[in-house]
Parts: sequence; C-alpha cells; structure tokens
Amino acid sequence: MSLGQRVGGDRQLARLLQIGVVLEEVVEARASQHFRSLSPEGRAELGEDIEELLEHAAEESAEHRERLEALIDELDAESVAYEEIEALVAAKYDQPEDFDGILYDQLYGEETAYKFYDDLVEAIEDSDVEFGVDHDRLLGTLREIRAEEEEGVQEVTEIMEERA
Amino acid sequence: MNTADQYLKAIYLIERTGDGPAATGELAEMLAVSPASVNEMVGKLEERGLVEHEKYKGASLTDDGIARAEDALQTYCIIERFLYNVLDVEDFREEAGALEAVIDDTVAERLDTIIDRRSECPDCFDAEADACALLEAEEPAD
Repeated sequence: MSLGQRVGGDRQLARLLQIGVVLEEVVEARASQHFRSLSPEGRAELGEDIEELLEHAAEESAEHRERLEALIDELDAESVAYEEIEALVAAKYDQPEDFDGILYDQLYGEETAYKFYDDLVEAIEDSDVEFGVDHDRLLGTLREIRAEEEEGVQEVTEIMEERA
Repeated sequence: MNTADQYLKAIYLIERTGDGPAATGELAEMLAVSPASVNEMVGKLEERGLVEHEKYKGASLTDDGIARAEDALQTYCIIERFLYNVLDVEDFREEAGALEAVIDDTVAERLDTIIDRRSECPDCFDAEADACALLEAEEPAD
C-alpha cells in the first residue's frame, strides 16, 4: 500500500479486512503445518522456544482473525473460512529444509502482517469516509493488532539471533 | 503498488500492444488522469532511469523499467487471481484495479503462496484486454 492511498468506502474496507483475515489464516495454517511436518525426533530437537513460538503464533492469529471477523460482520460482508485457507496452504506447502527455514517463514509472515496493518491504519487515518463501523473502534482494533504483530517480529528475531 | 508502478505497468502494456512508445494521451486515457499528470510522472520516471521519453513520440521503458513493470503486472495478476479464486469476487477485474494501488508487493507475495498461478505469468497477460488471459479461460460458461 503506497503513501497517500486512502480507503474509499465500506466495500473496499471489507475487502482489505478480508485480506487481513487471510494473512492471519496463512500464518496460523503454516505454523500448524510446520509443526505437523516434523518427525517425532524433529519435534524433540525443535526446542521449547520454537515450539512455543509456533503455538503462540497460531493462537494469536486465530484471535486476530476473530477480531477482524467481527468488523467484517458489521460491514455486512462475509469472512473467509479457515478450513478453506488451511487446504490451500496444505496444497502448496513445501516443508522448509531446517528449523531456520521455519523461523524465517514465521518472520516473513509476521513482517508481512505488520506491514499490512501499518499501511491500513495509515490509509484509514487519511480517509475522510464515514465507514459502517465505528471509526475509533476500527482504528483501535487495527492498532492493537499491529502492535502485537510488531512484538511477534521481535520475538522471532530474538530467537533467530540466539540461534545464530 | 504505488503510482509509479502503475505508470510503468501502463507503459509496458501499451508498448506490448502497439509498435512503439506510449504516447501521453494513451497513458492519460488508460490511467484516467490528465495529460499534465502523465508528463509530470514520466519526467520523474525518466530521472530515475526507468523510462526514456522522446518528444512527440512518447515514453518507453528501460531494462530496469521493464523488470519493475513485470513485477507490478505480477502483483496485479496475483490480486486478480486471489479475488476470483479465494474470495469468489464476481467483479474481480474492477476490484483488482482498485486494490492494486493499496496492496503492497510483500502482501501480494504472501497471497501468492495460496493461489495457483502459472509459471509463465506475467507473459500470458492479455495486454489488449488488460486482464489475465488464462483466468478468463477458467471462468465458468454462462
């Protein structure tokens, strides 16, 4: 999303929130897929920190998804079922070669989500359109989610640095 | 995709369908902006080494410009395909046009992990129709 771009109305806002839901679902599905793809030995080697990170990423994405879905519902639009995205992720999933590959994938997912919310918040702030959802609640929700994504980026980065 | 990328994509498509550079009038029509806006942006793109502009003929892309235009076109194709295949949006072309300005390349790359895009993308883009030719072929018959 480029600077100066604004959100034009309810339909575009709903579409962008749907994209947010899908990004969360991709993070959630890939985190689960990474974990499932590991052998029992691989899981044992994984280390508690990475296992907790994957679990936390999946839980947090599910929680973000629910908050976005509440906003989408108020805009009289429909969300995207997690099962649908989970199947699409599984269909194109290539298991990373090693644990660093898993961490890099998580980092990429968190960074993309952060950038998406950061741009979306800015575009809504710049917009003078009256949306079908309360402006303050909309921005408040998106800012909170953005802050949690930023924390997620830091958490993955710290684990990567510790492993280096 | 930012405004500059939208211009590069438009020049790329006009050059591909025609025999020469993209004229100011053609770009203004395709992007629904004034000729003055086109001249201003083409000048900026020229300064950045992405476009060469010849007076009375029009704008053509440099090698760097072509590479960036192809990236922009891929992003557009990802958005179209995502809207159609994942969100079941009927007016996916119209909405892709509106969303391409507000979807970042990194977000498009992530969406690309769940859609089935051909390896020849964006070469298969139908420049005259300004749409993905293969996606058209996949549409159900009425």
